[in-house]
Amino acid sequence: MTEAIIVEEVHKRFGDVHALAGVSLSIPEQTVFALLGPNGAGKTTLVNVLTTLLFPDAGHASVLGLDVVNDRQHLRNVIGLAGQYAAVDQYLTGRENLIMVGELYHLGRATARKRADELLVRFSLVDAADRPAKTYSGGMRHRLDLAASLVGNPKVLFLDEPTTGLDPRTRLDMWNLIRELVREGTTLMLTTQYLEEADELADQIAVIDEGRIIAEGTADALKSQIGKDVLELRIEDNGRLSDAAAVLRSVSSEELQTEPETGRLFLPVTNGASTVIDVVRRLDSAAIDLAELSLRRPSLDDVFLSLTGRRAQEHANGQTGHPADQPQPAARSETA
Amino acid sequence: MTTVLKTEASPPRPGTDLAGRLQRFSWNFTDTFVVARRNLIRYVRLPQLLVFSTIQPIMFVLLFAYVFGGAITVPGNIDYINYLIPGIMIQTVLFGASQTTVGLAEDLSQGMIDRFRSLPMARSAVLAGRTLADSIRNVFVVLLMVGVGYLIGFSFQNGLPAAIAAILIVVAFGHAFSWISAFLGLITKDPEAAQVAGFVWIFPLVFASSAFVPVETMPDWLQAFAEVQPISRTINAARYLTLGDAAPGASMTDVWLTLVWMAGIMAVFVPLSIWQYRRST
Repeated sequence: MTEAIIVEEVHKRFGDVHALAGVSLSIPEQTVFALLGPNGAGKTTLVNVLTTLLFPDAGHASVLGLDVVNDRQHLRNVIGLAGQYAAVDQYLTGRENLIMVGELYHLGRATARKRADELLVRFSLVDAADRPAKTYSGGMRHRLDLAASLVGNPKVLFLDEPTTGLDPRTRLDMWNLIRELVREGTTLMLTTQYLEEADELADQIAVIDEGRIIAEGTADALKSQIGKDVLELRIEDNGRLSDAAAVLRSVSSEELQTEPETGRLFLPVTNGASTVIDVVRRLDSAAIDLAELSLRRPSLDDVFLSLTGRRAQEHANGQTGHPADQPQPAARSETA
Repeated sequence: MTTVLKTEASPPRPGTDLAGRLQRFSWNFTDTFVVARRNLIRYVRLPQLLVFSTIQPIMFVLLFAYVFGGAITVPGNIDYINYLIPGIMIQTVLFGASQTTVGLAEDLSQGMIDRFRSLPMARSAVLAGRTLADSIRNVFVVLLMVGVGYLIGFSFQNGLPAAIAAILIVVAFGHAFSWISAFLGLITKDPEAAQVAGFVWIFPLVFASSAFVPVETMPDWLQAFAEVQPISRTINAARYLTLGDAAPGASMTDVWLTLVWMAGIMAVFVPLSIWQYRRST
């Protein structure tokens, strides 16, 4: 299989911050690659290097055999980028935005028009095509942004956090659009803070932290390595938390964690459904009342805890580093 | 869903032969027009922007003509309104140039610059398109100033060709200054900071000049500054073209020196801005 993207020991510094501290990757053609990490991990910096927006301080990177520094002018012909912001002109209509991008790819006005028409159909924006983009909803703006990144028929597409800040339904729509693109043979590199998103879309995932790749593999391999489902319990009487922990310790081979302030208990499990029955039976026979019980997918936070021994938010200090749809509990204390 | 993307849309890749080089060179202009059109559409979609950016200069004309005008005496035998309008024209295009700063800072903060920089477009085009659009807007605003001036007693005294030359030199000078503004926008990055940054340095330059009062009335140290700075030079040039030999303290030399200043500003700030643009993200 040919490699679409090759990254070798790339470094990038901003003042004291080592945004990329020796990243190496190779991404085969016609696959989807997800770069997973919290805010400030270096995801956007790597995308910026690969899309010629930033020069690496050291190391080499190439896309389709074109060097990101020496061949950058040619490289821009064959890539598409949708950044973290929906970068569309607010005052231009959807159609005008797409035609403008087509003209800047030098497709010629006629081709740019035809291409815009097709993309508007494809992204269900025909009805809104002649309204200024500032009247669009967030989801429509993201669709237009994605459409704009496809105007030049890119062979490799970069999507930097394509669904951050979108509501759950809009996120699902975006996922479907992205899946369709991939089916047509585009090589895709996306960055995300959501393990779920990487899982849904990507063939290969790399976890990045402080400018380094700390884990890499298929979604399944990575999940079995790091991300167990998490059983989350809250018991009625906080005072009996340690009793509950004692009863449940042998249920799973994983480390159990408690959160005394809220009476919560977290248990990583491999076989969620049957463990739930076991847990309920044990608590019942110990006469411990259960207030809440939920089984959730591992979050980026769990991945981080397991890979680095610390939480994603500690790292992304002061930034909103966790997904809004997966509320994270307050600090846990380990009781293993 | 079946694929509806049928159009063969592969961007051209001109070679390194002469034809390829010419093709690439021509993109400097065509891409600039594409970006300029994008920037001008904003004035069509948001007419308030144009209305409010013209109210301010009109107020300046009226304020100086009627409030301060009576207290200001200008040398020679000319009406204050004829002295004032060339100064106001320069003030207007320079205050307008600060919009270049804000516009580029907005593009940066909204990710538009990242998008443009990932495209195979000419690297001068985003900035040249912005300064071109702002200069086209300046033509409109200057003509409006002249119109308002005519309503309250202003008139060109030096014939039509000189009048056209006066307007051209004003707009061209504004264009040169908008490259300084472009550089400021790229280093400011934040649109709100750019509001201030785009404006604050222009203010003293405009007022410590021959725009509204003869520099002879200023204290010596300020007079020295007002006489050498490029804005006084350009105002004198515009005044000379507007009024001819009746213009106090102005001559054809001012026109030549203005052209030199413009060339100097462009020679420094066009490459500097493009360099900053290429490293912005």
